[in-house]
Amino acid sequence: MDTVVLENISKSYIKNAPPALENVSFSVKKGELFGLIGPDGAGKSTIFRILTTLLLSDAGKATVAGYDVVKDFHQIRSCVGYMPGKFSLYQDLTVEENLNFFATLFGTTISENYALIKDIYEQSAPFKNRRAGKLSGGMKQKLALSCALVHRPEVLFLDEPTTGVDAVSRQEFWDMLKRLKNEGITIVVSTPYMDEASLCERIALIQTGHILSIDTPDNIVAAYPGKLYALRAPKVHLLLPDTRRYAGIRQCYAAGEKLHIAFKEDGKDHPAALLTYLKSKGHQTVAIEEIRPDIEDCFIEKLSNPQ
Amino acid sequence: MKQFMVFVRKEFYHVFRDRRTLLILFGLPIMQILLFGYALTTEIKNAEIIVVDHAGDAASQQLTTMITASKYFDINSSTASDQDIYKAFKQGKVKCAVVFPTGFGNDLLNGQVAQLQVIADASDPNTAKTLTNYITAIVADYQQQVNPTANIPMRIEPVTRMLYNPELNGSMNFVPGVMALVLMIICTTLTSVSIVREKEMGTMEILLVSPFKPVYVVLAKAVPYLALAMVDFVIILILSVLALEMPVRGNLVLLFFESTLFIISCLSLGLLISSVTRSQQTAMMVSMMGMMLPTILFTGFIFPLENMPLPLQLISNLLPSRWFYVIVKAVMLKGLGIGVVWKETLVLAGMTLVLLTISIKSFKTRLS
Repeated sequence: MDTVVLENISKSYIKNAPPALENVSFSVKKGELFGLIGPDGAGKSTIFRILTTLLLSDAGKATVAGYDVVKDFHQIRSCVGYMPGKFSLYQDLTVEENLNFFATLFGTTISENYALIKDIYEQSAPFKNRRAGKLSGGMKQKLALSCALVHRPEVLFLDEPTTGVDAVSRQEFWDMLKRLKNEGITIVVSTPYMDEASLCERIALIQTGHILSIDTPDNIVAAYPGKLYALRAPKVHLLLPDTRRYAGIRQCYAAGEKLHIAFKEDGKDHPAALLTYLKSKGHQTVAIEEIRPDIEDCFIEKLSNPQ
Repeated sequence: MKQFMVFVRKEFYHVFRDRRTLLILFGLPIMQILLFGYALTTEIKNAEIIVVDHAGDAASQQLTTMITASKYFDINSSTASDQDIYKAFKQGKVKCAVVFPTGFGNDLLNGQVAQLQVIADASDPNTAKTLTNYITAIVADYQQQVNPTANIPMRIEPVTRMLYNPELNGSMNFVPGVMALVLMIICTTLTSVSIVREKEMGTMEILLVSPFKPVYVVLAKAVPYLALAMVDFVIILILSVLALEMPVRGNLVLLFFESTLFIISCLSLGLLISSVTRSQQTAMMVSMMGMMLPTILFTGFIFPLENMPLPLQLISNLLPSRWFYVIVKAVMLKGLGIGVVWKETLVLAGMTLVLLTISIKSFKTRLS
């Protein structure tokens, strides 16, 4: 049996309003690093709260480590680690006091599972007498992860652990997750950053309470329909309206310094025809090249063409 | 058990690292006791008074001296004329005036009825009544001195004795009430705010997703505040004995037992407030405002409950502080034992039990 299973979970906070989750089903295998990828408000936190027994779903069934989230909530609370989206440690307690508190709360000690948190905790050791509220964003998240790990949970739920964290700390954080996965801990992690999706083994793309697709990042990218091109020009924002008006365009959106475009049907002449068209509109220096789509492109594609 | 102790220790860290909490915890009781003990009293001391002496004889001067000598009056002017009286009243300079008519001393010595006029500013009726009573008492005193053997036929002389508080010390009435008020506010505010803070900060989510049972969260929150409230109680007690000269005539152990009961009932109220509020500010408002006013109104230490309309009296019965007040007065001032206050104690214990049960039951094991 899979470690985390959701079957047709629905949840709405306000009656008659669009539900926060509708018929969400997925399962996470033992020892897997599973990502929930979606923008703010997609329903990621609601899923975490249902799985950690903090919220009751309106419909559907879910189990964590074989326990039912409604009936066996006591057992689940002992065997999972949870890191909420908001920094949720005691800001007026020092690093060491926080870790000690949560270790004792979970009926263990820091030294018992020190091997597991060693890498993470040692980085914050120089600050162990500093109040948690005074740490930097990256340090805070590392401490929060240590606290969620200190009792060696079977399943680790991390709700947007890298939001508001600098690029270097984010990379370090994901390296830690990989090491934890190798320790046999099942990890469910959510992130609004599409570039982090490829670091997961399998991902679920989620939007307004619906799962758009579930697969490995590679398979999701491979399933991208047709080819994707990037347009480069000195003033991309001027290019966008004209390109959108071109008849053969299926997708066109800004991605950083470039425009990503896909044509309605693939054909060799399309790129050249588009360039000619753009030249006629007064855009002289435009370059086009085929690129490999990333998760974000797939996400946008799924949004406009939900199966 | 170890988990419980660590949780309690954490609560103490929170308290001692937050200046605001410390201020409420230790500043508030000291301030309130001193405020109610010294500043807010119904006694009138050193009221300004005018004396108009048309008699100018030995008797009138002796009486004037007696009035001046009492701690209640300060003579504003003893050489005023009749016109000055109304001027002084209009300017609000004086609260009271005494007028001796010509021949006051003669009338007194010749066995006739000697009259003197007492005028008071009755725009504040209570003050006016109190001042005229003081003057009447001084006059009666003087009469006794001048003619102790006056043989007035069929005279009734009431001899009053002020039990438990012969000096009519106003703080005697206030202090037990302020004790109830302070403990009520501190316990409800601090417990409710400390739980709601965990909700607001998001730490409640982690606490709930742990093997630590929610009911222990409630208890672990209550224990530190019970201890701190007991410390407060001791501070108030010491202050009122040393600074306000309050007696502690009854059994100290009984007093502590009753206070513990009352504190637990207030803590339960705080826990209840925390489970229905979401932000620290609302929790603070509800426990400060929502608790302070009923406690002041319905405990009986400022407004006598006996004079209230029946519905209000019934409402007052619902307040734990009302019963605690009666108990503290009985034990502290009258030195009575459990044999006399068992009924109030039973009511208080019952309320505590009900409140505690409700608050533990209403604590949510999930979010919302």
